[in-house]
Amino acid sequence: MAKMTLDELRALREAKRKDLEKRDVEGKDIQIIVGMGTCGIAAGAKQTFDAIVDQVQKKGLEGQVLIRQTGCMGLCYVEPTVEVLVPGMPPVIYGKMTADTAEELVEKHLVGHQLLDNHILDRPAADILKN
Amino acid sequence: MAYKNYILVCGGTGCESSKSEDIYRDLIKEAELQGVKNEVQVVKTGCFGFCERGPIVKVLPSESFYVGVTPQDAKEIIAEQVVKGREVKRLLYKKDQNATNTVRVQDIDFYQKQFRVVLRNCGVINPENIEEYIARDGYKALEKALFEMTPEQIIAEVKASGLRGRGGAGFPTGVKWESARGAPGDVKYIVCNADEGDPGAYMDRSTIEGDPHSILEAMIIAGKAVGAHQGYIYIRAEYPLAIERLNVAIAQAREMGLMGKDILGSGFDFDVELRLGAGAFVCGEETALLRSIEGNRGMPTPKPPFPAFKGLWDKPTVINNVETLANVPVVLTRGAQWFSSIGTEKSKGTKVFALTGKINNSGLIEVPMGTTLREIIFDIGGGIKGGKKFKGVQTGGPSGGIIVEKDLDTPISYESLVALGSMMGSGGMIVMDEDDCMVDVSKFYMGFCVDESCGKCAPCRIGTSQMYSILDKISKGNGVESDLDDLERIGKAMTKASLCALGGSAANPTMATIKHFREEYLEHIRNHKCRAGKCKDLVVYEINPEKCIGCGLCARKCPVPCIAGEKKQPHVIDKARCIKCGECFKACKFGAVIKR
Repeated sequence: MAKMTLDELRALREAKRKDLEKRDVEGKDIQIIVGMGTCGIAAGAKQTFDAIVDQVQKKGLEGQVLIRQTGCMGLCYVEPTVEVLVPGMPPVIYGKMTADTAEELVEKHLVGHQLLDNHILDRPAADILKN
Repeated sequence: MAYKNYILVCGGTGCESSKSEDIYRDLIKEAELQGVKNEVQVVKTGCFGFCERGPIVKVLPSESFYVGVTPQDAKEIIAEQVVKGREVKRLLYKKDQNATNTVRVQDIDFYQKQFRVVLRNCGVINPENIEEYIARDGYKALEKALFEMTPEQIIAEVKASGLRGRGGAGFPTGVKWESARGAPGDVKYIVCNADEGDPGAYMDRSTIEGDPHSILEAMIIAGKAVGAHQGYIYIRAEYPLAIERLNVAIAQAREMGLMGKDILGSGFDFDVELRLGAGAFVCGEETALLRSIEGNRGMPTPKPPFPAFKGLWDKPTVINNVETLANVPVVLTRGAQWFSSIGTEKSKGTKVFALTGKINNSGLIEVPMGTTLREIIFDIGGGIKGGKKFKGVQTGGPSGGIIVEKDLDTPISYESLVALGSMMGSGGMIVMDEDDCMVDVSKFYMGFCVDESCGKCAPCRIGTSQMYSILDKISKGNGVESDLDDLERIGKAMTKASLCALGGSAANPTMATIKHFREEYLEHIRNHKCRAGKCKDLVVYEINPEKCIGCGLCARKCPVPCIAGEKKQPHVIDKARCIKCGECFKACKFGAVIKR
């Protein structure tokens, strides 16, 4: 993108804010967000990311699922962490999501619309931008 | 087909012991009995951290948060919540035991123990995508600063917010900016100190990795406020991912016209470059950091002159820490009044801590100033690992001290931690339990300071190695009681006479441990005993012949090897050759190896 003016920045912010709110990017309505700070990566987040990509392809869900990275959520004791957003289901943060959990994640959560046992965690704090 | 409700049953160890397994089973049974098993999924979760009020059951999407649930409640939860779609009021968490009003989950005290200002975007946005940052109010503060505010107004706002330096010393940020603005000269600089070096601290690394644009935005704002057009981020080369993400962020910001010449058409120019440090702890000290950026050896210089007047290449320079800067955009978008409503009278806003050590839920946390250490360690951190006894918490790294049980209820602020003989520091927080030896801990930190002392001034160069050799002597059982006086005497001299804060605070961990754990030092000196079993020279390993079955596992594990014995006969350790590695102690399945 070329250099912006003030008005262009404001317009971009509005457009992107709506994208973030409706959580529907590039026509994909399911999002999987992997925590990829140094800590997450050290705990295997890259392998988890790759394994999820593989599993999503295996199920033929590439058209629906957007897999993104984010920074550290701060939950070091349960890295790697993965947030999953599926329409009609509550947003969920999972911890201890090593690569071998990817199959269960896609199979159970994305296809079966069920939550995984023993991995769910709470978001550590409310979002100050939502009040 | 998605379920209408999800019932989450806490499966952490705290709740498990109070029947969460039964609750889980009964909820499933009730869902079947009441014919709604296709409408609800019952799930076991990780620990919610709210263990004292467990077992915890949470229902989504209504976010109903139930505490103290028993298996007998399963029937009612299914009947009310799933069948009739209403909450079971009597089980909902109440702020106060006597209060009748119930609160929604986001209002619960527990959830508000963490409050994320600095980490607002960490774990939310993709740090390599500037558009996601922009969508979440990113560069909105910059708009304000460039088009709606004068430099004086920006400084006034930052001053009014009460924001103080998060690198440890707590100097008011607005005052620093004002000094640099008022300093004579046309060329001025903004420097971001990202040379995070305390052992166990990673707040700044995580902030940069999760939200690099917040630092860039703040630096441009600072540039406008003080009249600088060039910024440098001094970051250690040991943080490759943080460096990569900063480089991506800088390239994106330049491309979109948010950095560089004529930002957003405002006529204001500002650019940022990275300078990589080689990992010397002393380069976190601001004058040493500036010398390192200049290409000289990283050694501190006397203050005054302060960098705000004579800094980088002798030009007025503002140096702010990563966390300080990450607060700045929020101060401008939400206003000084909002920001100063968080925290205590003199310490405003939040503080990020890297909570590590013998703690169940280690992690990066952000709490309002004024939160107590007890809340951090026991509520957020979930208490001590393995149910062991809390011994102390180390704050402020090699410059800080140890805070003990009796002081845990002190609300955290810059002043309160200093009063306890520690300091805020940059935010490392290492929790220690009964297995940690205080002589060993202070020896570790002193050893760190010996390695990291730049050697320019004698008090630090000689003092740290003198203190280390005394601590080493005590840890080997060769200490005498007057050593404690010597440690305190040298420590005081270093504190007074050192050139910079490295030497000026290097004695803190030792002074604090002598103050709180004098009897432990005396035990090492008088009885040649280390109660935690950490000081190798004072530990003796033996085999109890009554318990030993002669399996030979210890002998196979012993690296020396110094354990001998016939098969199925009690083995014996040759103490003269034992190197006290503890492998035999760990290996024995019969508790026959004794450590004392």
